[in-house]
Amino acid sequence: MAEINALMHGFAIALTPFNLMLMFIGIVLGVLIGVLPGLGGANGVAILLPLTFTMPPTSAIIMLSCIYWGALFGGATTSILFNIPGEPWSVATTFDGYPLAQKGRAGAALTAAFTSSFVGAFVAVVLITFLSPVIASFALEFGPAEFFAVYFLTFCAFVGTSSGNAMKTIASMMLGFALAAVGLDTVTGQLRLTFGFTSILQGFDFLIAVIGLFGIGEILLTLEEGLEFKGVRARLDTRVVLDTWKELPRYWATSIRSAAIGCFMGIVPGGATPASFMSYGVAMRLSPDRGKFGTGVVEGVVAPETAAHAAGTAALLPMLTLGVPGSPTAAVLLGGLLIWGLQPGPLLFVEKPDFVWGLIASMYLGNVVGLIVVLTTVPLFAAILRIPFAIIAPIIMVVCAIGAYTVHSSMLDVYLMVIFGVIGYIFRKLDYPLAPLVLALVLGDRAEASFRQSMLLSQGEMSIFFSNVLVGSLTGLGLILLFWPLLSLLRRRLAR
Amino acid sequence: MEADKDRSAAKRGTLEWITAVVMFLLGVLVMVDSVRVGIRWAEDGPQAGYFPFYIGLLLCLSSLWNLAKNFLGKTVAQKSFVGRGALKLILAMLVPTIVYVVLIGWIGFYLSSILYIGFFMIWLGKYSWTRSAAVSGAVIVCTYLMFEIWFRVPLPKGPVENLLGLA
Repeated sequence: MAEINALMHGFAIALTPFNLMLMFIGIVLGVLIGVLPGLGGANGVAILLPLTFTMPPTSAIIMLSCIYWGALFGGATTSILFNIPGEPWSVATTFDGYPLAQKGRAGAALTAAFTSSFVGAFVAVVLITFLSPVIASFALEFGPAEFFAVYFLTFCAFVGTSSGNAMKTIASMMLGFALAAVGLDTVTGQLRLTFGFTSILQGFDFLIAVIGLFGIGEILLTLEEGLEFKGVRARLDTRVVLDTWKELPRYWATSIRSAAIGCFMGIVPGGATPASFMSYGVAMRLSPDRGKFGTGVVEGVVAPETAAHAAGTAALLPMLTLGVPGSPTAAVLLGGLLIWGLQPGPLLFVEKPDFVWGLIASMYLGNVVGLIVVLTTVPLFAAILRIPFAIIAPIIMVVCAIGAYTVHSSMLDVYLMVIFGVIGYIFRKLDYPLAPLVLALVLGDRAEASFRQSMLLSQGEMSIFFSNVLVGSLTGLGLILLFWPLLSLLRRRLAR
Repeated sequence: MEADKDRSAAKRGTLEWITAVVMFLLGVLVMVDSVRVGIRWAEDGPQAGYFPFYIGLLLCLSSLWNLAKNFLGKTVAQKSFVGRGALKLILAMLVPTIVYVVLIGWIGFYLSSILYIGFFMIWLGKYSWTRSAAVSGAVIVCTYLMFEIWFRVPLPKGPVENLLGLA
């Protein structure tokens, strides 16, 4: 049980007063971010990333990951009380959460959401604890072809698990890759796609894209709803919490299924959003009260929240072990690792065990702290949304501008942020998914590097991606996922 | 009045084809520039345009598909992309934001943020001058304390900060 020892060591690192304070600050900031429209896990972490440049890496990642947990918790609040999903993954929570609140059971819905989030995250953290050392040691043997196959699988998974138009997923992803290619090519030293503009020599920073796409784009989208939020008031007292906790064990089967769906979707970068929808759908199909779904049943809150939180947490597993983030927020955390001078990937477990296990231990602690914080303070946070939009919106814009500027202390980034914001708004309205764009922008350079190295090894033969069982099955699985939308279309045609 | 607000300012189909065409052109741009730096195999391995060329190609192909789909499937295309009322609100946010961002580069972060938040509260929120000034002032003081003092992250400054000796 080397993992248990390592984990205990991790707890010793994470449990310093300074780190506990950061954890608490992170959770509170995260819930705030999750509640506010326009600020979410990904751009919230991106904006606050520059503040951690001077911290020790372990403390920095503890604070940032806690912001992430907080945002995961916070997203459910607005879904239930205002019928406005604070985060894309809490859209499915509105289906039953808001009707519950309208029936006067807002407290029960919130308690169920937070508790399920906690359960989902806990399952995923246990999975990370025991699975990630195995994957990391396995991945130490990886060559460039294996790494490229992992990237390939990651991107194909987006196509295979996307609920909408697969071609839009591909277009959005390719745009991300194209943006990633802009600037100096590190291998040949040639300039690509700069067209004589020296200011974009360094290429586009994905943090700017994340702040613009998710931040500004989201604000513009929220504006369409008008300037006023109409919500249900909630009281959360000990009795409501305890009563709901008594009810929750009834949905154990839903919880287990949802956690499993979430973990799977988090690891194969399907992401938290499809995980929450899928889990809601499965829960509805298998539930005895199938007909009541959508009218306000607690089970309809449990299913998406468990899955979303499990997926959001499990997305860190491939980030830590392979350097392949499973979600935009995991990508931002990965960006942080690089800035702090750490190389994500399998070697991290060997070279920086303190960092890795400190982080994993902090995931346990952070979620416990998070559950306590949200259960005690949510009515306060909900009050923030009662501040009129005419005040909140410009302040969020100012915060986004600060975030974009501080990444490189460059005004160009602030201008780019606004452009990305408009793109984000149009893409969201036309159902172009944003996560593939961001992940392609993050991974583009490394995917290309591993592809080139593989090509060098094989002298240009594509067969290298099928040269052994491991790389062959990764590539094969990727191809299946890539053509999955086509296959399911054919199957439907044949069934008719 | 209400009916006028809900009237569509742009059809979804229009935005769909514009987006698809722009993405297609970007794809062409990527391919052309990749050809310029070389998409073949050099002595020392693949050339710089080898990988991006296919990215551009896939961008073109997927955009063509989306374009075709938009013109073949009529139902979605006729839906409204954005209503007039919503578009007005969005422009009311977007235009001041663009002015704000340009102002930051010109007169510094702090002054332009005060103007931006104040403008918003007075114009869209119909708040009094005093309340708007109080809120925007408080936000700016908080950011100053948090970024410049606590975390030592400098924000862009202009002539006013120089006069006050804060830069």
